[in-house]
Amino acid sequence: MSIEVGGRTLETDEEGYLVNLSDWSEEVANEIAKAENVAMTENHWEVVNFLREYYNEYQIAPAVRVLTKAIGKKLGPEKGNSKYLYELFPYGPAKQACKIAGLPKPTGCV
Amino acid sequence: MAAAQVEAPPIREYPVIPILAHDAMAGSKPYVASEKINEAIGFPGQLVENWQARAVEKMGELLGKYRSLRVFLDACVHCGACTDKCHYFLGTGDPKNMPVARQELVRKVYRRYFTFAGKWFPKLVGAEDLTESVLEDWYKYFNQCSECRRCSVYCPYGIDTAEITMAAKEVMDSIGMGQKYTNEIIGKVHRLGNNLGLPGPALADTLETLAEEVREDTGVDVRFPLDEEGAEVLVVTPSADFFAEPHVYSLIGYAKVFHAAGIRWTLSSRASEAGNFGLFIGNYAQMKAIAARVREAALELGVKRIVVGECGHAWRVAYSFWNTLIGPFDFLDSRYPVPQHICELTYDLLRRGAITLDREKNDHRVVTFHDSCNVARGSGMGGMPRGQFIIPRELIKAACNHFHDMAPETIHEHTFCCGGGGGLLTDELLDLRVKGALPRMEALARVVEEHGVNFMATICAICKAQFSKVLPYYKFEMDMIGGVHQLVGDAIRLGRND
Repeated sequence: MSIEVGGRTLETDEEGYLVNLSDWSEEVANEIAKAENVAMTENHWEVVNFLREYYNEYQIAPAVRVLTKAIGKKLGPEKGNSKYLYELFPYGPAKQACKIAGLPKPTGCV
Repeated sequence: MAAAQVEAPPIREYPVIPILAHDAMAGSKPYVASEKINEAIGFPGQLVENWQARAVEKMGELLGKYRSLRVFLDACVHCGACTDKCHYFLGTGDPKNMPVARQELVRKVYRRYFTFAGKWFPKLVGAEDLTESVLEDWYKYFNQCSECRRCSVYCPYGIDTAEITMAAKEVMDSIGMGQKYTNEIIGKVHRLGNNLGLPGPALADTLETLAEEVREDTGVDVRFPLDEEGAEVLVVTPSADFFAEPHVYSLIGYAKVFHAAGIRWTLSSRASEAGNFGLFIGNYAQMKAIAARVREAALELGVKRIVVGECGHAWRVAYSFWNTLIGPFDFLDSRYPVPQHICELTYDLLRRGAITLDREKNDHRVVTFHDSCNVARGSGMGGMPRGQFIIPRELIKAACNHFHDMAPETIHEHTFCCGGGGGLLTDELLDLRVKGALPRMEALARVVEEHGVNFMATICAICKAQFSKVLPYYKFEMDMIGGVHQLVGDAIRLGRND
């Protein structure tokens, strides 16, 4: 599987997650988001950027409470909850936001 | 990038046996594991060249090793008692999801290669070669069985149908036809200690965040200790408890219980997972290796008790298999159950008056309980008959004023699977998962209507994740699902043991 972005062919897994994390760019994120029917706003980018920062440090996406806490600090306490994150990423913040952020899919009983 | 196509059946007033829909689910199958995933756990990377011979040989090996398997394959008289007991059959109408028909996919091959009549007169006894299309059916339909064993409850011969599914999966793994979701996770638990792939530093950071949150919420320093030597209790819990909602609320609940009772406990970064997906693929060696981490962690930390968190199949593995997999447990305190379920621990504390719950704290909730299959049909609790049904309900009733059970034919040993167990909790199977949840959703709809139930408690990470995803397809709120210790955690009086 693969996606085409700006004339480049990027390898993805069966579900559209990037295989090579270094292939990611904002342009790639926008392209994946489009396929997911997510219109990226500034707040979407806050989440995506936090996921990437956290991943760079810990090699995993943040747990949902870690994410909501960080987003609450950045965007205001009324947005620091998973209900808001589901508004941004209807298929679930963990999986859909990770896909757009170019990170691997969280596995397990989640 | 194929998003799963999902079509939720409408909820019916009364459960009815579906009209047969031949091949309705013939298009449903999970992704096959890649070469990299398979090889990482010692399986052939892809379908091996002489796969037919290898599969038959593997079947022979399993028949020699597990006498139960041969008995289960021989004993079935096709009476049909199981046909309408499977949630996947009830939700899909596909006749190959009748347990007897699903097992027939293995039985016909067994007869062909391992019985006298099948070897010489295959047509007379319905014996069939293991052809490519039979293998294709195996891959599709054994990945439409969650190994929940509800059909076994009704089988007059007591055939454990899940063992046949597990055997089929083990044969498929041995020829390179493993399933991606399960095998990727098994690789992660070996490599990183948990199914999620959460490295130690991330786990430490997550626990720190949780401690901060609880302090902000309650003003009390409830600890979430990691790798603390000399703790009394090692808690082994599904890694989803660290990561996801609503799972994390139960983890907070366990921490509050330990705090209130003044018990020193710890989590382990080496054994940061209770789940054992080796069970789902029927692979004893994988199961043993995954379980070994728990023993190693317990010895390393010098704990006296091992307590298992809210994870259905983990409790079955711990309760029924740990003793032979990783025993003896002579280094643990024999005054407590070995291993102990977190519900047993909390129930014991409650009865001894060591913790106090304020039911009013849950007055906004009207609660029902979903028995998870591996707990209900594969384990016990509290050293008493039916303890696995009694204890979680007693905890809920001690934590809440409003509790209503669902219909009797859908609870206790008759419980319906959530639709996501056995290694099927993966996005590409979402349509199957939604359909398989139908019987549980119908039972839930009835208590919602009759009693205004707004919370379904359960003690399994798979159930929690599955229902969070599936409830909205049936027009229920996703946060209707949660853990028993979420309720306990909201009701417990914390005191000041900090």
